[in-house]
Amino acid sequence: MIGFIHSFQSLGTIDGPGVRFVVFFQGCPLRCGCCHNPDTWEMQGGTAFTSEEVLEKVLRCRSYFGKEGGITLSGGEPLLQAAFAKELFTLCKEAGIHTCLDTSGCVWNEDVEALLEVTDLVLLDIKYTNEEDYRRYVGCSMEQPLRFLAELNKRHIPTTLRQVIIPPLNDGEDNILRLKQIALAHPCVNKIELLPFRKICESKYENMGIPFPFAKYDSPAKEKMSALQDLLDAE
Amino acid sequence: MEQTYWNGFAAGQWMDEINVRDFIQKNYVPYEGDGAFLASATPRTKALMKKLEALFALERQFDGVLDIDTATVCTVAGFAPGYLDKDKELIVGLQTNRPLKRGVNPFGGIRMVRQACEAYGYKLSNKVEEEFRFRTTHNEGVYRAYTAEMRAARKSHLITGLPDAYGRGRIIGDYRRVALYGVDRLIEEKQKDKRNLASGNLDTELIRRTEELFQQIAFLGFLKEMALSYGYDISQPARTAREAIQWTYFAYLAAIKEQNGAAMSLGRVSTFFDIYINRDMAQGILTEEEAQELVDDFVMKLRMARHLRTPEYNELFGGDPMWITEAVGGMGEDGRTLVTKSSFRILNTLYTLGPAPEPNLTVLWSTSLPESFKRFCTKVSCDTDSIQYENDDVMRPLYGDDYAIACCVSAMRVGKQMQFFGARCNLAKLLLLAINGGYDTTSGIHLGPQMSVMEGECLDFDTVMERFDTYNQWLSHLYVNTMNVIHYMHDKYAYEKIQMALHDTDVERFMAFGIAGLSVVADSLSALKHAKVYPIKDENGYIVDFRVEGNFPKYGNDDDRVDLIAKDLTKRVITELRKTPAYRGAIHTLSVLTITSNVAYGKHTGATPDGRKAGEPFAPGANPMHNREENGALASLNSVAKLDYHDCRDGISNTFSITPEALGKTEEARVSNLVSILDGYFGKMAHHINVNVLNRETLMKAYEDPEAYPNLTIRVSGYAVNFNKLSREQQREVISRTFHESV
Repeated sequence: MIGFIHSFQSLGTIDGPGVRFVVFFQGCPLRCGCCHNPDTWEMQGGTAFTSEEVLEKVLRCRSYFGKEGGITLSGGEPLLQAAFAKELFTLCKEAGIHTCLDTSGCVWNEDVEALLEVTDLVLLDIKYTNEEDYRRYVGCSMEQPLRFLAELNKRHIPTTLRQVIIPPLNDGEDNILRLKQIALAHPCVNKIELLPFRKICESKYENMGIPFPFAKYDSPAKEKMSALQDLLDAE
Repeated sequence: MEQTYWNGFAAGQWMDEINVRDFIQKNYVPYEGDGAFLASATPRTKALMKKLEALFALERQFDGVLDIDTATVCTVAGFAPGYLDKDKELIVGLQTNRPLKRGVNPFGGIRMVRQACEAYGYKLSNKVEEEFRFRTTHNEGVYRAYTAEMRAARKSHLITGLPDAYGRGRIIGDYRRVALYGVDRLIEEKQKDKRNLASGNLDTELIRRTEELFQQIAFLGFLKEMALSYGYDISQPARTAREAIQWTYFAYLAAIKEQNGAAMSLGRVSTFFDIYINRDMAQGILTEEEAQELVDDFVMKLRMARHLRTPEYNELFGGDPMWITEAVGGMGEDGRTLVTKSSFRILNTLYTLGPAPEPNLTVLWSTSLPESFKRFCTKVSCDTDSIQYENDDVMRPLYGDDYAIACCVSAMRVGKQMQFFGARCNLAKLLLLAINGGYDTTSGIHLGPQMSVMEGECLDFDTVMERFDTYNQWLSHLYVNTMNVIHYMHDKYAYEKIQMALHDTDVERFMAFGIAGLSVVADSLSALKHAKVYPIKDENGYIVDFRVEGNFPKYGNDDDRVDLIAKDLTKRVITELRKTPAYRGAIHTLSVLTITSNVAYGKHTGATPDGRKAGEPFAPGANPMHNREENGALASLNSVAKLDYHDCRDGISNTFSITPEALGKTEEARVSNLVSILDGYFGKMAHHINVNVLNRETLMKAYEDPEAYPNLTIRVSGYAVNFNKLSREQQREVISRTFHESV
């Protein structure tokens, strides 16, 4: 089967544990204002690869994975090519490689269900903690990621919740506490990661000739991030 | 009598013959724990280091050279004793009578000494000029025998950095022998060897060896004399750890007093020292703190070593390096690790004394190393950018378990093998020379077989390769012959008497050739093969530029279509070199290493078919060209790992720079991810990697405001430098290199 891939990062250390081979899928249904990969949005484009071809690339980096590492699918939104992703993960699992899915959780269908059967770890983006922000800054209902999370929980798939902190949109304590509530309600969640909003992607928008919707926002201060983290960690 | 010196040591063959390895194997204690036992710098060490830092700052203010003694020729016992702080020092000995003062060493070539003095506002004294008026230097000898073609190859920068005007270096004396046996025993053994030679037929080689042994014995005498001037009688073996380190240091010091070789490497001393430290500790006469002090003091001395160089030399080998390379760790042939507590102690000097480029701490990495040592090393890398890694699993089968590294990546058995250093040839220039039928467009010199400029609207891969082979054949023969001249003359006029005295009399020799521009040529050939390359000619009909149509695979992306071209190139080069016999039966080896000369090489090379513009720097060593990597760091490492060490026995250098953020989110993650990366890379039988964990922004700030970053150390091709000691041009090149960043 053919998948459309935006690019590969042979040394990924941000998306999942250990050293990871990251496959960036082409195409995303969302248009998040903070997105740092606008070049992966369009469904058209990307380079066609068979799952075997991608596996071959992953295997070349396998010796670097150590005890924790493996493959991560990111994007774009890998769930848009769930059947391909499932085929690729199946091959990886057969080869004994840890599989990690980095997703917004905004797609649900039979292919996605099948994909979860071969997924070891999910990094789920909970972009905001209320419906209004979701509608306004993401372009979908919050019901979608929550439904996805419920499915993960049902299947006992280890999950990390991630949220990009963009002052002033979601850096309030109430937001963090709601995020914590969501995590507590789903025992499959074993970790919450707060990521600082960054603007290093600005040049990508410039090159593409489109406006960066969140250009007006600043990155959160280090102190802010650690204060929010403390709030999460507090009993 | 010797029993008192060797009390407490396990007996072995080492007692009956000079055999340091046997001594180590019988006596060392492997250490599998972590660094928690380490002591920090004591107030004494801090005070001494503060004094030294002040001298370093003063040296920087004086354009990098604090003082030159223009009237005393450097020899083993030529200077009165010198001290940093006589009352505080535990290990003593300086090259001259004052710290950081440089001596003059005209044996390799007096012209270079003269120029170096003038460059820093001094004048070589009449006394030295007079002493050398009727004395042939190595440099003069070489030029008597150089052919016109050799001069042309040199002048056009096709072969550069040749050790024909100063000491060749890259020879590692087994300095440990002095500590283990004392000088008298070593003299005795050499006298025995000399007597044995006398029974053979005295042909040229035997007579020469007899004379060399005479010189070795005489210089062992000078070594004793020098030590005595500091109040130490080193005729007998060392009795304590302090003496073992002091004796070893005196031997090394004698070498750097006598020779100004480019790379004056130390060898593999830390595990040897560990045996003495353990013995003292068992007797209750040494604490951990005191042991660290001894190692700190020794390392401080190494950081004070200096040679006098010209600005031209610095252009090739930036940062005033000495390559005091110390090989740390590795595994033994019996499967026990050679990591000891002193492997930790010597790395710990990067904390007790702060980061620094010297000594060139080189970890011999094996996937079987103790995990805690691996983690300690990667932590040191993340914190200091001051260590490099080389693959013990690749080298041990070839060199055993008592080899060390000369310079950056050149392995040799300590005291049993040596090498004739041969710098490198410019492979990219060779390709252009072939395309232009023997005309070098940058220097305007005709060189090699004279043919027509390659014809056709579009260059054809096969035809170019055929041409390249012809020129490679020609250059290889010329290159070996040139090296033969250089090393014949070096042996004749600037023989390394003390260093060779610390080798077995029957020594195995390597002749180390090198190439620069491997990635440029590999990508150029890939362009010829996979895209369309249209030559652009100047008014005289020579090809000076190229227009490339279409995409082509680029080295550094784990793409076999081009990576195997690079691998094949090294095989072609070494295969041709082997066809011309090397001086003194030396074994031909090849390195893919540039030091900082990739900048100078690029400057003297026209535009290449890979899209590199005329004058632009090459990538260093075996690195892929800057910013041509599309799949991230591991794909790049995989490309380099495909080069075959057996074709490049003098080493394959790869410099890897990554931002802390890209290496991992937490310090803990960075340390373990780097272990995974090193295990993965070396598991693929790659040879070497320099690791920098830093931001480009840091370098840019240091570029703008050098005073604010006096100790910023970075790894470049095969060694570490103080960033501020690089030329502006070299600094810009380092900044422009690929930094693996997170997406």
